[in-house]
Amino acid sequence: MRISYYPGCTLKSNAKNFEDSAIASMKELGVELDEIPQWNCCGTVFSLASDDLIHHLAPIRILLRTKETGSDSLVTLCSMCYHTLKLSNMRVKENPDELEKLNNIMYMEEITYDGTVSVYHLLSLLKERVGFDKVEERIRIDLGSLRVAPYYGCLLLRPEGVSIDPNIENPTIMSEFISAVGAIPVDFPHQTECCGAYLTVDNKDLVVERTYEILESARRRGTEFIITSCPLCQFNLDDRQKQVKQKFPEFEEIPVLYFTQLLAFAMGLDKKALRFDLNYVSPLSILEDKQILAIKD
Amino acid sequence: MEISANTLRSDVVKKVSEISGENLSACYQCGKCSAGCPSADRMDHIPSQFIKLIQLGMDEEVRSSNTPWVCLTCFICTVRCPKGIDIARIMEAARLLKSRENVDHFEVSSLRAALEEGLPPIAVVSVFRKHTAS
Repeated sequence: MRISYYPGCTLKSNAKNFEDSAIASMKELGVELDEIPQWNCCGTVFSLASDDLIHHLAPIRILLRTKETGSDSLVTLCSMCYHTLKLSNMRVKENPDELEKLNNIMYMEEITYDGTVSVYHLLSLLKERVGFDKVEERIRIDLGSLRVAPYYGCLLLRPEGVSIDPNIENPTIMSEFISAVGAIPVDFPHQTECCGAYLTVDNKDLVVERTYEILESARRRGTEFIITSCPLCQFNLDDRQKQVKQKFPEFEEIPVLYFTQLLAFAMGLDKKALRFDLNYVSPLSILEDKQILAIKD
Repeated sequence: MEISANTLRSDVVKKVSEISGENLSACYQCGKCSAGCPSADRMDHIPSQFIKLIQLGMDEEVRSSNTPWVCLTCFICTVRCPKGIDIARIMEAARLLKSRENVDHFEVSSLRAALEEGLPPIAVVSVFRKHTAS
């Protein structure tokens, strides 16, 4: 299967470990991610103002770019990109007048956008179009007793129209994924609660406290690893552990991986695919302690 | 705080309604938004109180409240409101009251220090979009 792929800004910088592990593990499953040409930033946040059409231009131009390649499906990995592309697409489909205005602004483009591209998150693609049973067949390393907690955050689930799971309050798609890769999913009460998002820039203390609360809640349920899909959640839950440790000295670090890193590891892929070097808290010591197979160079 | 016919007809009611596209008077103060809000403990006014302030046209209180600036746009309130009010849009409108008057909430001069921490681009773009004049 080939599918158009939109990386977004952070997958090419801080979250290279997300992109590299996704491309390598999808290849193992026979899924080629075709990066769309000449893509622009999606704007990261979906504009919630009624009269603010211009901020939907960036996401809609990405969908036009997708259609230009002859594709009618687009997959993203970043939760923020997914959320923004999905909601802007819904908005223009419901408001043809707005779509016409946006197409007029994009008069230099060779085609117009007609609302026909479907936006997928990689987890939905894995579940609906690849199948978690196929994922299970490709697993080479026995994760055995590894206890992994899913962290959804906000943007994969809310508002309802974007949700990658039919149950927005108690989703299960990530736990199903964790079972498919052979680990034990941990259910914990903070898995859909916000990490503090972009307030990490101008209200760091709020994020440090949120991170502490979320990670401690996961730990109380016996979590060894956390997986996520959002590079902003990943930064807040992983890199911010530095500040959590300063504020709460008794705190013990927990590795926070992208779900594709866990997948690539369970498939036995090499260091280049895993990029654990970009995670602030390394997962290696836990993997060694549990005598789970060493990683290939 | 004085409530009168004038405050009820205040500009803040009109502007927030227009920008958000939501019906403010639909709120009957059940408090589900505040119960689920992960930022409520840091807010000057919890989300249901903040909506009440807007309903009453308490312009000064609305503008000086920190509530929309510690709102994380996590959409918990939006998905739980039994009246279908998209509260995230009301918070956005309240932020825009300030941003559209060309006032930054985020101190842009502090960006250098923030970038040295290795923040991901999505964090920086988002804070500019949500917390600076637009």
